[in-house]
Amino acid sequence: MATLNILIAVCLAYVALLFAVAFMAERAALKGRGNWLRSPWIYTLSLSIYCTAWTFYGAVGYAARSGLEFVTIYLGPTLVMIGWWWALRKMVRIGRTQRITSVADLISSRYGKSGLLAVCVTLLAVIGITPYISLQLQSVTLSFSSFAVNDPGGQSLIAGYDTALWVAVGLAMFTILFGTRNLDANERHHGVVMAIAVEAVVKLFALIAVGIFVVWGLAGGIGPMLARIDASEIGQWQMDGGRWVGLTFLSAAAFLTLPRMFQVLVVENEDERHLRTAAWAFPTYLMLMSLFVVPIAVIGLEVMPAGSNPDQFVLTVPLTQGQEGLAMLSFLGGFSSATSMVIVASIALSTMVSNHIVMPIFLRLTQGGASGPSDVRHVVILARRLSIGLVLALGYLYYKISGGGSALAAIGLVSFAGLAQLLPAMMGGIFWRGATRNGAFAGLVVGFAIWTWCLLLPGFGGGVLSSGLMEAGPWGLSWLRPHALFGIEGMDPLLHAAMWSLLLNVTVFVLVSLVSFPSPLERLQGAQFVNIFDHSDNPQSWSGGIAQSEDLMIMAQRILGPEEVQSFFQAEAARQGLAGYLPEPTPDFLARLERELSGAVGGATAHAMVAQIMGAATVSVEDLLAVADETAQMMEYSSQLEAKSNELTRTARQLRAANDKLTQLSVQKDAFLSQISHELRTPMTSIRAFSEILRDAEGLEPKDLTRYASIIHAEAIRLTRLLDDLLDLSVLENGQVNLNLRDGVLSDVISHAIAATGTDMHVMRVRRTGPASEIVLTTDHDRLAQVFINLIANAQKYCDAERPELTIDVSRRGGRVIVDFIDNGSGIPPHAQGMVFEKFYRVADRQAGGAGLGLAICREIMGRLGGTLGYLPGQGGAAFRVSLPAAQRMAAQ
Amino acid sequence: MKERASPVFLERRSYRQRRLMDAARLLPVLGGLLWLVPLLWPQRTGSPAPAEVEAVATSSAIVYIFGVWIVLALAALFLSLMLDGKAEAQGGRGD
Repeated sequence: MATLNILIAVCLAYVALLFAVAFMAERAALKGRGNWLRSPWIYTLSLSIYCTAWTFYGAVGYAARSGLEFVTIYLGPTLVMIGWWWALRKMVRIGRTQRITSVADLISSRYGKSGLLAVCVTLLAVIGITPYISLQLQSVTLSFSSFAVNDPGGQSLIAGYDTALWVAVGLAMFTILFGTRNLDANERHHGVVMAIAVEAVVKLFALIAVGIFVVWGLAGGIGPMLARIDASEIGQWQMDGGRWVGLTFLSAAAFLTLPRMFQVLVVENEDERHLRTAAWAFPTYLMLMSLFVVPIAVIGLEVMPAGSNPDQFVLTVPLTQGQEGLAMLSFLGGFSSATSMVIVASIALSTMVSNHIVMPIFLRLTQGGASGPSDVRHVVILARRLSIGLVLALGYLYYKISGGGSALAAIGLVSFAGLAQLLPAMMGGIFWRGATRNGAFAGLVVGFAIWTWCLLLPGFGGGVLSSGLMEAGPWGLSWLRPHALFGIEGMDPLLHAAMWSLLLNVTVFVLVSLVSFPSPLERLQGAQFVNIFDHSDNPQSWSGGIAQSEDLMIMAQRILGPEEVQSFFQAEAARQGLAGYLPEPTPDFLARLERELSGAVGGATAHAMVAQIMGAATVSVEDLLAVADETAQMMEYSSQLEAKSNELTRTARQLRAANDKLTQLSVQKDAFLSQISHELRTPMTSIRAFSEILRDAEGLEPKDLTRYASIIHAEAIRLTRLLDDLLDLSVLENGQVNLNLRDGVLSDVISHAIAATGTDMHVMRVRRTGPASEIVLTTDHDRLAQVFINLIANAQKYCDAERPELTIDVSRRGGRVIVDFIDNGSGIPPHAQGMVFEKFYRVADRQAGGAGLGLAICREIMGRLGGTLGYLPGQGGAAFRVSLPAAQRMAAQ
Repeated sequence: MKERASPVFLERRSYRQRRLMDAARLLPVLGGLLWLVPLLWPQRTGSPAPAEVEAVATSSAIVYIFGVWIVLALAALFLSLMLDGKAEAQGGRGD
């Protein structure tokens, strides 16, 4: 009796401590002193709610029955945790950006904020978790009675009170007090998380303490312990490969899909970086939790009388050894495991029930959130509190009805297999954009149905299905027998159910997804979930509509509370540059408001509520743009490719042109070389010939001598001139010419040129017209004169008129000074007009002794002087036009 | 598209980060494979049923399984220290 009384006192003191811890943590967080609450260690410890009473007590029993198979329950989560880079990181990011409140919310948000899917997931979770909660109640009750065994008074006490009921009531109170303090599920439950962290330390400490006592206290060290393990019933490795793999997989799946795990992993996550600590710290925690399980089981099998419940070895081994204190600690560990699981699971479930079942019904009944007198905020909180009570009541009822299953672990695995049905929809949702709402729904229903038929119903309270049904199948359809679907018999029932349910779940999910077509909202959400790391800031956007900000405010106040909403609206208005409380209903603002609301009532409900005020659940143009994002990027990419290929084509064309030009230049160069060698050779030939005559011929007449010498002289002069011209041309072409700029009157230059050519008025008359004397030029007068001289000399040489006449006409036209040289000869034939300015071109057959470089040089000179030289057809004779910029005249003045 | 979003060649540091991400992705695969190894151990009741082969002792199994566990935890610790936060932000874009 004393023991039990002490136990109850310790237990109550412990609960009081937890209340105090939770209360202080809430206070600290409220005052902003809660930085230590946000440490990655608290996060890691809070994950330990994975280790429930099932773990604490059940694992030892499991080990005593099946050896090392129990460890699979921890291997799965370990693999998920060290593989955080694959799935957890993405889930946490999605949860944080989309303000996901529960696993049902995640799935419904992903599939177009589907209410139906949310209800479906919620029901599945409630059905799957209820046995699990009853399992916790049972384990606490069992541990109480373990203490009472040696205590006859205690036994009657236990019999008189319904321990499970009291535990359930106490847990409901704690959860309601600390779990529904904040309406916004996204605001972390600091108190609860802190209490869970403390409990995590207590249960690890308790289990390790018992383990150390067993190994060093009873077995006498590690070596003897290992020897005793090998000598025990479970001393040899015996493993069903299917169960080893299957259970590892199931536990990994359950780790991701269990509502309470989702709650601590994603919803209560403060900071994504905490994951990287938990990635190694949580596997270590699990490893430590399971390290002493086998030793305790082995020693328990040795020291305990045959037939005692191995599930209670953790408690009973220290008790029988007279270690009351250690047993007390161990009891607290088990109590911690049970309570922390129940608290978080009921918070998670109540959030789902109130957000996805109660609130939608309430909203429908009251015709939407914007109208109606009731305060939605209170309704939400009340719904959540009632849901917590409901969940615990269900757990208690299940415990009463089932009468307490014999092996704790079996119930846990049934629950795992049920929740694992969410895995395809969840993983498909965050990794596969093609997953659709219909696919997810169909897969869930199929998986859930098979699980219920093959696993839940046969196990429910010793089997609600009659043995005839089990043997023969429903309606005599033997291929539908719960433990032998499709006639495959002899499988482990758990593996059988898990295999068929998950296999068909995935198959149906994928097939229906492949053939169905998602709605725009679904596609949008799909894109945002799958590519969460690409655009994680803007989850949803509203646009257009004639939403009244006031209506939105009224609605939001009912849910979030007036102060918060007013400050939120005020901040939003300020952000838009408006005074007062009512911002414009821009898409940005509506998206943020919806996100705030979804933290309180879940994504689907928040969407529906805003949609009600917005008029319709529209998908805005921006949403569609986001869906089209990928297409746009692809198009942009292809247009870039196209541009690049165009550029390449252009470059190739330019290269080809450059190549053509180079070839042409090479041909020109060859032509030039052959031309010039010809030009040089002609005078050289005659010089050589005549000089040879002078040298060799004897008795030449002095007259001939003179003639030959004159020819040689003339040819030498011609050669010199040719070389001068070539030099001149190359200097001009290379741009190395130095211009001697000075002011001068144009008529002077012309007079100078006429004089220099020595034009005899009898041979050719020169007429000068135009205002040449008025024009002052700043230019190189010598060079200009050279051009004029050349033109006049050409006229002299080539004008074939009877009475040659050259007209030099000066005019000003459009800012340029024009000087035309027009003679009265037959002119230049049209085909040659374009060629006269080419080097070495001569108007063929007339022998005039020029090298054909004059005009080419003139054109170069005019280019240097900023002017042009061209042939002017249609003037009744050869006509050349020199044009100079008049600006140089202006510059001179 | 992803190829467009990220350059083909990276600086040495980003390259190192990418390989660490690869390692982080591969670690659970390695762990899973290592924990499959016990299924190959001889068993008394296994289908090969080698009567003359002694089944592996549970103590050896414990040492192996927990040894793998510790190694995995240490590897995860190493990776979480080496992977920096900036790389994590880009990690989702893939490589």
